[in-house]
Amino acid sequence: MELQPTQEGSTVVLKPSGRIDHTHADAFKLALDPHLADCRKDGASLVIDFSNVSYISSIGLRALMVAIKQVKAQGGRMVLAALQPLVLEVFTISRFDMLFEIFPDRAAALAAVGSAS
Amino acid sequence: MKARIWGARGSLPVALTHKQIRTKLLAALEGAIGRDLDTAEKIAGYVDDLPFELRGTYGGNSSCVEVEAWDTDAIHEHIILDLGSGVRALAGAKLARYGPGKPQTYHVLMSHLHWDHIMGFPFFTPAYIPGNRIIIYGCHEELETAFRRQQEPISFPVAFHQLGANIEFVQIEPGVPTQIRDVTVTAKLQLHAGDSYGYRLEKNGKALIYSTDSEHKLDNAAERVAFVDFFRDADLVIFDAMYSLADSISVKADWGHSSNVVGVELCQLAGVRQLCLFHHEPIYDDAQISRVLAETRRYAEITGEAPLDIVSAYDGMEITL
Repeated sequence: MELQPTQEGSTVVLKPSGRIDHTHADAFKLALDPHLADCRKDGASLVIDFSNVSYISSIGLRALMVAIKQVKAQGGRMVLAALQPLVLEVFTISRFDMLFEIFPDRAAALAAVGSAS
Repeated sequence: MKARIWGARGSLPVALTHKQIRTKLLAALEGAIGRDLDTAEKIAGYVDDLPFELRGTYGGNSSCVEVEAWDTDAIHEHIILDLGSGVRALAGAKLARYGPGKPQTYHVLMSHLHWDHIMGFPFFTPAYIPGNRIIIYGCHEELETAFRRQQEPISFPVAFHQLGANIEFVQIEPGVPTQIRDVTVTAKLQLHAGDSYGYRLEKNGKALIYSTDSEHKLDNAAERVAFVDFFRDADLVIFDAMYSLADSISVKADWGHSSNVVGVELCQLAGVRQLCLFHHEPIYDDAQISRVLAETRRYAEITGEAPLDIVSAYDGMEITL
C-alpha cells in the first residue's frame, strides 16, 4: 500500500487509501512499519491522514495498535486525522477512539504535534 | 431447533442493584407523564413499548443454554450447553413442567470447566432425584474431576457421590461428530486458558453454534479460516462478545475472550444468519449491553458485507432456528 509520505516541518504525514480490511491490512502494516523507527522522543512525529480510507476492519485496527505501542515505547507521538464518518464510527464501536488521539483534519493534527505550517 | 438462554452473563453472576432498579423506574415513570395511562391495558402497552433495558434486564446468571431439538413432552431428553448458575432456573422449570416422578435424561455439553460454567450443577435439582440420567459430555480429560472437586466438603455440603441421579461422563474428541438422538454434535478447540471447546449442533439442515470463552488472535489467518469453516452457513451463532475489540487485543489480550466486532466479521465471512452476543461483561449494566447491541448492528451495516441479524442474549430469551 502506498502511504504517500510527506514531511511537514518535523512531522511525517502518511496518507493510506481504500479499505484496510483482511485483504489489505498486511500491506498497510508493511508500509507503515518503516516509518515507526524514527517516531521517537526528539524524533519525527507521525500523522496518519485517513481522509482517503473508506473502511477499516479489526485486523487493520490491530496494525494501528501494534504501531502505537511501538511508538509510545519509544517516547514518540503518532496521531490520526480526518477520519471519514464511517471510519470514525468503527473507531467508536471498537473503542479504538480511546486508544488514539484523533483530530478532525490534518491541520489540527499538525498543530497538536507542533508542526503547524 | 430452539435455543433458550438461561444464563447470558460472563465470568461471574450479577444482580441488579436497588439503584439500577430505581433508575429504570424513574425513567419509565417520567416517560409516562401526560400519556393518560388510566387503564391496566394502556399501562401494559406503555411498558411493552419501553426499550428493553428499561422494561427488562439481560439478567445475571452465568453461562447456560438449553437446546430444544424435539418434542420434550414426548421424549423426556434435554440438551444443555454449560452448567453455569443459569441451570438452577432451568431445573426449576423442568420440575414444574414434568414433576419429580417422570425421569428425565439431560445431555450436557461442556465448553470448559472454569468455575462460572460448572457452578450451577450443585443446585441442579434433577441431579438429586433417583431415576434421572445426566450425561455430561466434554473434551477435557479432567471433566469428571472438576465436578467431583467442587462438591468436596471444603466447598459444598453435599458430596457428588450423594447425588441420586445416574450421572455419566463421556469424553468426546474435537472434530469427531457425536450423535445425541438425531442431533449431530461436533466440538472445536478454542483459545482459552486451559482450552475451551465450541459446539456445532446440526439437525434437519439447521445449525446452531455455541462458541463462548474463545479468544481470536487477529493475526492468525489459519485460525480465522478454521472458525469461518466451523461457523459456515449456521442459522445461529452464540458468540463470546465480552469485551470491546480494543480491550480484547490490548489490556485484556490473553484473557480468553472476544468482541462484538470479531463476532460480526466471522459471522459475515461464514454466511451466518443470526449472531447472538453472549457472555456479557459482568460490570456492564443493561443500558451498556443495549448500547453494545446497537453498535454491533451498526458495525454489521458498515462492513458492507452480507446482512446479519444480531441479538443480545438475555436470561429467558428464546430463539427459534
